[in-house]
Amino acid sequence: MDDNILLAHGSGGKLSHELVEKRFLPYLSNPALNKLDDSAVFEASGRLAFTTDSYVVNPIFFPGGDIGKLAVCGTVNDLAMNGAKPLYLSLAAIIEEGFPMRELEQIVQSIKKASEEAEVNIIAGDTKVVNRGQADKLFITTSGVGIIPPGFDISGANARPGDNVLLSGTIGDHGIAIMSQREGLRFSMTLQSDCAPLNKLVSQMQEVSSRIHCMRDPTRGGLATTLNELARQSGVGIVIEEAKIPVKEEVKAACELLGLDPIYVANEGKLVAIVDPADADKILARIRRNRYGRDAAIIGEVTREHPGKVVMKTKLGPSRIVDMLSGELLPRIC
Amino acid sequence: MKFIDEYQDSKLAKGLARKVAQRSTKTIRLMEFCGGHTHAILRYGIRQLVPKTVEMKSGPGCPVCVTATADLDKAIALTHLPDVIITTFGDMIRVPGSYSSLQRSKAEGADVRIVYSTIDAVEIAKANPRKSVIFIGIGFETTAPTIAASILKAQQEKIENFYVLSLNKLTPPVMKALLDSDKVKLDGIICPGHVSVIIGSHPYEFIPRDYGVACVISGFEPLDILLGIDKLVEQIEKCEPKVEIAYRRGVKPEGNTKARQLMEEVFEIGEANWRGIGIVPESGLKIRRKYEQFDADKAFSVTLKPPREPKGCRCGDVIRGAATPLECQLFKKVCTPESPVGPCMVSSEGACAAYYQYGTTENSPDL
Repeated sequence: MDDNILLAHGSGGKLSHELVEKRFLPYLSNPALNKLDDSAVFEASGRLAFTTDSYVVNPIFFPGGDIGKLAVCGTVNDLAMNGAKPLYLSLAAIIEEGFPMRELEQIVQSIKKASEEAEVNIIAGDTKVVNRGQADKLFITTSGVGIIPPGFDISGANARPGDNVLLSGTIGDHGIAIMSQREGLRFSMTLQSDCAPLNKLVSQMQEVSSRIHCMRDPTRGGLATTLNELARQSGVGIVIEEAKIPVKEEVKAACELLGLDPIYVANEGKLVAIVDPADADKILARIRRNRYGRDAAIIGEVTREHPGKVVMKTKLGPSRIVDMLSGELLPRIC
Repeated sequence: MKFIDEYQDSKLAKGLARKVAQRSTKTIRLMEFCGGHTHAILRYGIRQLVPKTVEMKSGPGCPVCVTATADLDKAIALTHLPDVIITTFGDMIRVPGSYSSLQRSKAEGADVRIVYSTIDAVEIAKANPRKSVIFIGIGFETTAPTIAASILKAQQEKIENFYVLSLNKLTPPVMKALLDSDKVKLDGIICPGHVSVIIGSHPYEFIPRDYGVACVISGFEPLDILLGIDKLVEQIEKCEPKVEIAYRRGVKPEGNTKARQLMEEVFEIGEANWRGIGIVPESGLKIRRKYEQFDADKAFSVTLKPPREPKGCRCGDVIRGAATPLECQLFKKVCTPESPVGPCMVSSEGACAAYYQYGTTENSPDL
């Protein structure tokens, strides 16, 4: 009876309490959460950042992580991208009837591990169970609150002509790792998702420079989409050099095979930073000392020309416009 | 990456481009047959590297784009049959038919699945013995052998619920149809690389012989394409059209005999309906009677409303090389990858998608 999630686990009754007390609390325990009040109460003062995101990844376990790790890192990173130090998260799980308890436990463990690494507490939570077929195994929503240290104003709207564009490492690792596991596309490789919390990396960048203008993590839609968002939001042009963008050999190979362009493939542990050129080298050097930023590079710069557009100098020399991702990434035929 | 980076070397590319510029005196028009070539040309900015004397047109080499609307309607109608699973290659599901699309059928509850290999479709049939699994077989000589192999596998393993809707098409006959029409005058053709891996170089020999048009088989990396252009310019300048292979690491003159045998075992040649071109004799592959139990055309019947083409869509002209995507009034205005009107905007091998995705200063006057 104890092996799978039952509808009764979502009834609000004894089994619901048991689920929370046995499967979640032992791992995520902290004073605010342990009280089990209707809402968590905490003190904070200063400029706060607040964000929310839902996670429906398929498959829920993938090389280098799972939906639990992703749900923590994704929200932590969204806070960090505005320069905020993440403080607290909430986490809501929608579980499909019949979901194996063992897998749930595994996911809660990786939630614990990721939140420990990011040094955030999960102080509010909820679980719901839905009928078989009404959800695909497990959906997780996390929200997060963070505090922005004084002296920082980081926003997608703050890029200025002359700024440098930094990328914290290789692109496409997460998207290709996930794709390698999907039904019908399974191909074997050693590649792992880059899923990671980037808040410490961001604090280290903030320690060496206050002239970080924009940051964003290039998740769905990849690097190309993120750069387009920043160019539009700031009303500036961006020029990047294809040859300077770090891409792992495995990712290159998979992209060649599938007919994809790595600049459109998702990342979960990378950031793009647009910074004052005077501080760029200093920031780059600091990023490279962090384990999640070893392959970081300056890949381009912000221009006054062609506002709202991203132009890439191709490996061969000519330039072309790089647009946002359109539609889904689908493999080619011929 | 080994065997890739070498073919993307910018110094070598610039050297080759200089060679082309020195050689080229006549104004000429080349067609890259294959959508894969169109994408590489735009992705790497090859048009900006070659001299103004060399005009490049995109050809019909996009399997999704050339699928006739009537055939697409049939595939969509099949999704509505009870207990079927439709399997297809990725791009196909987004192409609008006359009244719907495979993607819309899927959203309405039909079981439509993307596979990367035909063999995966056979595996789905094995795993779902109570369902009829129909594979929508599109593509050229590149994919046809794999589809043939899947039919043979199904036969060997006695899988009785696997079917193929064969919409496969052949390259040389449609090249002939294009050359016979007065719409497009060509001086040279960049022949498809992957197709030629299978068919070799001999099937193109009628092109220089009967039409005086130069042919070079090229690979898909930027240096491959530049080398192909260089050889074409050389042939045209010397007035010595012939078939050359500039993709020796992939293509032998005789092609891949084993793959061709598989195709010949399972398929026979028949006419095919091409979007924008119409019925082209001897340009399609039909499943032989010996294997008719796997032929979706024979096993299922669906009633179809007459096909209708989207108003204003110039995919037909784009496929023939008679217009560039920029000459279509819908391009980028009404027709975008998010809401494509015609197949050329859907497919990752389609010319409109390539022009859209890889905008250059040439097609973005505001840059």
